[in-house]
Amino acid sequence: MSDYFSLYKTMLLIRRFEERLLAEFSTGKLVGTTHTYIGQEADAAGIFSVAGADDVIFSNHRCHGHFLAYGGDPYRLAAELMGRATGLVGGRGGSQHIQWRNFYSNGIQGGIVPVATGMALVEKAQKTGNIALVFIGDGTLGEGSLYESLNIAALWTLPLLIVLEDNHYAQTTPSEKGVAGSMTGRFAAFGIPVWERETADVLEVRLAATEAIQRVRSGAGPACLLLHTYRFSAHSKGDDPRSPEELTRIRQFDPLNVHAKRLPSAEIEQAETEVAPVVNDAFARADADPFPSLRDY
Amino acid sequence: MAVTVLDSLNHALDHAMDTDSRVYLLGEDILDPYGGAFKVTRGLSTKFPERVLTTPISEAGIVGVANGMALRGLRPVAEIMFGDFVTLSADQLVNHAAKFRWMYNDNVRLPLVVRTPMGGRRGYGPTHSQSLEKLFLGVPGLKVVAPNALGNPGDLLLAAIAEEDPVLFVEHKLLYTRPLLEPGQGELADYEIQEFSEPYTSYVLRIPNYAPCLTIATYGYNFELARAAALDLMMEHEAFCELVLFSQLSPFGLQPLAASLRRTGNLLTVEEGTLSLGWGAEVAARCVEAVEGLRVRRVAARDLPVANAKSLEDAILPSVQDIVNAALELVGR
Ligand SMILES: Cc1ncc(C[n+]2csc(CCOP(=O)(O)OP(=O)(O)O)c2C)c(N)n1
Ligand SMILES: [Mg+2]
Repeated sequence: MSDYFSLYKTMLLIRRFEERLLAEFSTGKLVGTTHTYIGQEADAAGIFSVAGADDVIFSNHRCHGHFLAYGGDPYRLAAELMGRATGLVGGRGGSQHIQWRNFYSNGIQGGIVPVATGMALVEKAQKTGNIALVFIGDGTLGEGSLYESLNIAALWTLPLLIVLEDNHYAQTTPSEKGVAGSMTGRFAAFGIPVWERETADVLEVRLAATEAIQRVRSGAGPACLLLHTYRFSAHSKGDDPRSPEELTRIRQFDPLNVHAKRLPSAEIEQAETEVAPVVNDAFARADADPFPSLRDY
Repeated sequence: MAVTVLDSLNHALDHAMDTDSRVYLLGEDILDPYGGAFKVTRGLSTKFPERVLTTPISEAGIVGVANGMALRGLRPVAEIMFGDFVTLSADQLVNHAAKFRWMYNDNVRLPLVVRTPMGGRRGYGPTHSQSLEKLFLGVPGLKVVAPNALGNPGDLLLAAIAEEDPVLFVEHKLLYTRPLLEPGQGELADYEIQEFSEPYTSYVLRIPNYAPCLTIATYGYNFELARAAALDLMMEHEAFCELVLFSQLSPFGLQPLAASLRRTGNLLTVEEGTLSLGWGAEVAARCVEAVEGLRVRRVAARDLPVANAKSLEDAILPSVQDIVNAALELVGR
C-alpha cells in the first residue's frame, strides 16, 4: 500500500536525518544545541498526512520532525543547522528558529501559543478554511501564556489545534514533578475537546488527527490532540537522566517497528534506499555551502 | 473646543480603521461605552464592531495574538491598559515581535503597534505610574516611539501603524487632556521650531537672536516641564536653551541633537523614568562620543518606586525646579 509506504518513509526520513545530525555533532560540524525527534516520528507523520496544505504551523524547539513531515527540504534544514548562508533562514535561526512557507518555529516555551492563536484568528477572519496547529510538550503545560491562549481561542471560537506531545519529560524533569492534576482537565476547563491517544502507531495518530482537525476546521473552535509518546534520545545532547532499563523499555514502542509490520520487506528496503541518499545529499551539500557573514546584510 | 492629544490619537485610530481593513484593535475594556481606561478607543467598537476585540486580562496573550495577526498580514494595534503591565508582554515583545523578521532572514514582516499609557503625577501609586519604556530601549527590531503635545500625535500613531516592524507607542497619561501645541502660537510664540523627520518628527526649539548656552533633550510629557524650566532660565537667569524634542526613542539618530550640542556645549537630558541606566544615560554616552568637550547632566526620577502620596510622588519625579537647578549647575551659574 503506497499510503502506508509514504507514512513509513516520512518517519524513516526523520529518524535517519536526526541520527545523522547527532553523528555530525560528534564530528564537530555542528555547534550549539539541538532537540531530536527520534521516537516521536509517528506524531508528525500521522498529523501532516492529514493536515491541509495551507494550514499554518507553529512548532517548538523540537521542530525538525515536524518540518520534514510538513514537506520541508532536508537540505535547507541541514544547511540551517550547520550555520550556512543557504539555510532556511540564512543561518540566523538555527535548530529552533526556522521559517518556510506556512511553517514557523520558535524556541520560547509557551510564547508561541498566543502567536499561533493570532494566526488562527486571521484564518477565521479571512474565511480561508485553514486552521493553525501549534506544537507543545508536556513541560510547556507550566507556561502561563498557554492558558491565556486557550481562554482566548475558546472565547473567540478560533480554528486552533493544540498538539500536545507528552513524552513524559521536560528536559530532565519527569512530568510527575512538572505537571499537577490532569492534562485533559486543563483543556476541559476551557471547554476545549481533547483527542487523547497513547500510541506509537502512526495510523492511530492519523485517525485521531483527522477527527481533531475536522472538528477545528468545521468552525467549532479549538481542540487539543494529546499524544503520549516517548523520546528515545537525550533531551538535547547528553542531558538524559533516564536509566538504561527505562530506555530499553520505551524502545519497545518504536513507531518505525510498529508500522513496519504492515509493509512487505521489499518496501522497507526500498524506503531505506530512497531515504539514505536524501539525507547524505542534504548534509554533504550543506557542508560545501558558505557561511553567512554580517557583510551580507 | 481645542483638539487634545486624546482626540488626535482617537481620530488617527478611526482614520486607520476606516482606510485599511487590516487594522484591528485589541485590548482590555476597550469596547463602548467605556472605550478603554483612557478613552483612546472610544467610539471605535461601535463603528467597527468586527475589528475591535475586547480581550481577557491577558497582556502576554494580547500581544502574542497580535503578533500572530501581524505575521499573517493584518495590522493589529494592541492596547496595554497601563504601561506598568507591559512587563507581562515583555516576552512577546522581545522574543517574538522584535525577533521574527530578522531571525527568519527577512522572510516575514510584523507590522504591530502596542500602545500604552505610561507616567505618574496622578497619584496611582507604585504599579500604575511608572515610565518603563527604558526597559524596552535598545531591543534590536523593536522601535519605541513617544508622542508629545507638539505636532500631531495622531500622525505619529499613523506612521507607526504604517510600519512593517513592531512599534511600542508610549503615551504619557498627562498628555491625553492637553490641547495640541501649534508652532508659532500661544506658549510657543517666541520659539523658532525646526522639524526633523525620521519618520517620527523630532523638533529643535530655539529663541531667535539669543546665543544658547544649553541644550535640553527630552521626550513626551516632559517637554512640558522642560519648556517651563527653559522659560524660568530665560526670565530669571538670562540663560537661553535649545530644546530637542525626540519622538522616536529607540533606535535614535544623533541629529539634530549633536548639531545643537556643537552650538551649546552642554547637554541636559530630562525624562520621567528612573535615573540609573536610563534613556538619558545612553543619549549622553552617544553624545559624548560624538561631541568634543561636551558637559552633561541628567534629570530623571529618583531610583525609587513611584509613591502614592502626592508629597512623595512629587519628590520622586523630576520637577521644573530640578531641571532649572541642574541647568544652572551645568552652565556654571
Ligand atoms: C520559556 C522557556 N523556558 C525554558 C526553556 C528551556 N527548555 C527548552 S526545551 C525544555 C523542556 C521542554 O519540555 P517539553 O515542553 O515537555 O518538550 P520536550 O522537550 O519534551 O519536547 C526547556 C525547559 C525554553 N526554551 N523556553
Ligand atoms: Mg516533554
